[in-house]
Amino acid sequence: MKPFTNHSGIALPLLTDNLNTDVIIPSREMKRVSKVGLANGLFANIRYSDGKRKPDPEFLLNHPNYCAASILILGRNAGCGSSREHAVWALADYGFKVVVAESFASIFYNNCVANGVLPITLDRPSIEAITEWVRMNPTSHHLSVNLEKCTLDTTDNSIDFMISPLARRMLLNGLAPIDLTLEDKGLIDRFIADDMRRRQWLYRISD
Amino acid sequence: MGQTLYQKLRKLHEVRQFDDGSSLILIDRIMLHERTGSVALSNMLSENRNIAAPETVFSTIDHIVDTKPGRPDISRMPGGMIFIEEMHRASQAFGIRLYGADDDRQGIVHVIAPEQGIVLPGITIVCPDSHTCTLGAMGALAWGIGSTDCEHALATRTLRVPQFKQMRIRLTGKKPQWLTAKDIVINLISRFGADFGTGFVIEFAGSAIEEMEIEERLTLCNMGVEFAAFTAIIAPDHKTIEYTRGRPFAPKDEDALIAEAHWASLISDVDASFDVDLEVDVAEIAPMITWGTSPEHAIAIDEVLPDQRSDFADVYKYIGLKPHEPIRGQAIDGAFIGSCTNSRLSDLRRAANILKGRKVKSEIRAICAPGSKEVKISAEAEGLDKIFLDAGFEWHEAGCAFCFYAGGETFPPGSRVISSTNRNFEGRQGPGVCTHIASPETVAWSAINGHISDVREAYE
Repeated sequence: MKPFTNHSGIALPLLTDNLNTDVIIPSREMKRVSKVGLANGLFANIRYSDGKRKPDPEFLLNHPNYCAASILILGRNAGCGSSREHAVWALADYGFKVVVAESFASIFYNNCVANGVLPITLDRPSIEAITEWVRMNPTSHHLSVNLEKCTLDTTDNSIDFMISPLARRMLLNGLAPIDLTLEDKGLIDRFIADDMRRRQWLYRISD
Repeated sequence: MGQTLYQKLRKLHEVRQFDDGSSLILIDRIMLHERTGSVALSNMLSENRNIAAPETVFSTIDHIVDTKPGRPDISRMPGGMIFIEEMHRASQAFGIRLYGADDDRQGIVHVIAPEQGIVLPGITIVCPDSHTCTLGAMGALAWGIGSTDCEHALATRTLRVPQFKQMRIRLTGKKPQWLTAKDIVINLISRFGADFGTGFVIEFAGSAIEEMEIEERLTLCNMGVEFAAFTAIIAPDHKTIEYTRGRPFAPKDEDALIAEAHWASLISDVDASFDVDLEVDVAEIAPMITWGTSPEHAIAIDEVLPDQRSDFADVYKYIGLKPHEPIRGQAIDGAFIGSCTNSRLSDLRRAANILKGRKVKSEIRAICAPGSKEVKISAEAEGLDKIFLDAGFEWHEAGCAFCFYAGGETFPPGSRVISSTNRNFEGRQGPGVCTHIASPETVAWSAINGHISDVREAYE
């Protein structure tokens, strides 16, 4: 995975509360046993106005000012609902690098980090302030994110954000979590060997 | 200071701690289904990864398999066959158990896990499915994960888990006969909000929990994720232990004695402290129903819809109802009983009790999909299928069925459906379909009346 250090781009201020992963990508758009090629299905239910995939002009992502967005701004409980990682794959496939929200559903948060998409938690007033600034001039008012310093900058303002140390390290280093954990394989094997003595009943698996 | 149940389970499985407060947690069991499990397995095959302990992995076909009576092993979703085929291919390649559509152990993952004794008290169990929190009702630490985390769990037998805050919700008071675990959990979500549990593990406790049967507790914990909780959990008690006995994968003989003694110790200590500790009297709860497009948009059946608000404008537009209208009496086009929330034998028995000797209004399409093959077989053995069919319900094969739309057959756009499922999101059951979530009893009683109805009338 590519390390994430900083990013500057157009923000899409949807601000929706409880935006669920069914909305980010409807189930019927998950057509292949694969993580790629999902950008077309992104927001399909609200992005297209009919079955023929005619862009709905009402949806902000279809507006020329926002179609190149790479930073998604949501409200509280972002990415709730289904655990489908396709939601993050579709966002990343479209070009989104950052999701800013008041709070995140925990599976979606983990899925973001696992795919190099930075989840930023901010309070409502900060979200509203950056949204107002973005809306003044969406194409030139780029938000700049610096993960080293944990700051989100507009031209008039710099906002510090919090992120879990684990998520920050994983993103900064582009770590592949499986290989990282397998470095502890000896530790895991010893733990299991002890556990097999403690909980023998769990290790005899037969029906 | 004492420990909470969650702290005890975490400690029992903690391989190592990290400086940032997270821990590497041993995963005892992994469940997979074709919709997301296939992606994880397929990716592992292409990356040449091994599954660390194939004997701890159980897979099934539930999400997009056809549930039409007498179905073959095919998908109800156009183009969905590749997910089922990949699940068969990859499960065989890795040597993991797969309960396919023709297997008597097939069913919705969260229904077959307790039924087959795959989930046990005190264990850790994960599945790439958000409703895995259901299994917390067995006293297990159970949570939903994404595909990448699933690959991690399969390859390393562990997951790195951050710290969570802890909340206890004590349910007290006497539950009237007509009140269900579903009404209680919908009430809690509407009362506290769909993001109330963010960053928390929620332990349900109290006298009303002690009185609940295991299947009611499964319903309650199922919707923990609709609270945004990391997971929900209930301490195992004599009912939990009794429930595991004789299940195919539960410990047997001497192992069972040792395991049961261990499980009995898995309770939050009296002096354990919770970040949030709440008490709710269930006697004050009426039959509940959702009116909007989030599980938090719910009211008591005899209430009117709430005032208009800026964030309700789109919700009202989609759902086709108006502020201050009563929910009771709204005409329905469809009724569905099923899903990992409410498709177990006790759910079907209670719905059948309402349907017995009555008929669904003729213009309504009513469907029941038992949660598992075993539920279906047991229900048929006691004649429940006949009650459903005589009342005008379709009687389907086991699977997730009409809980969500993945393409293929569903209720027509614009139809109003009352459903025993867990999500009333926009388009969840099909484009333009308006979903109202309620208990199986309320679904059954409303189907008979042709409109959203107060199930208390059926008990008069």
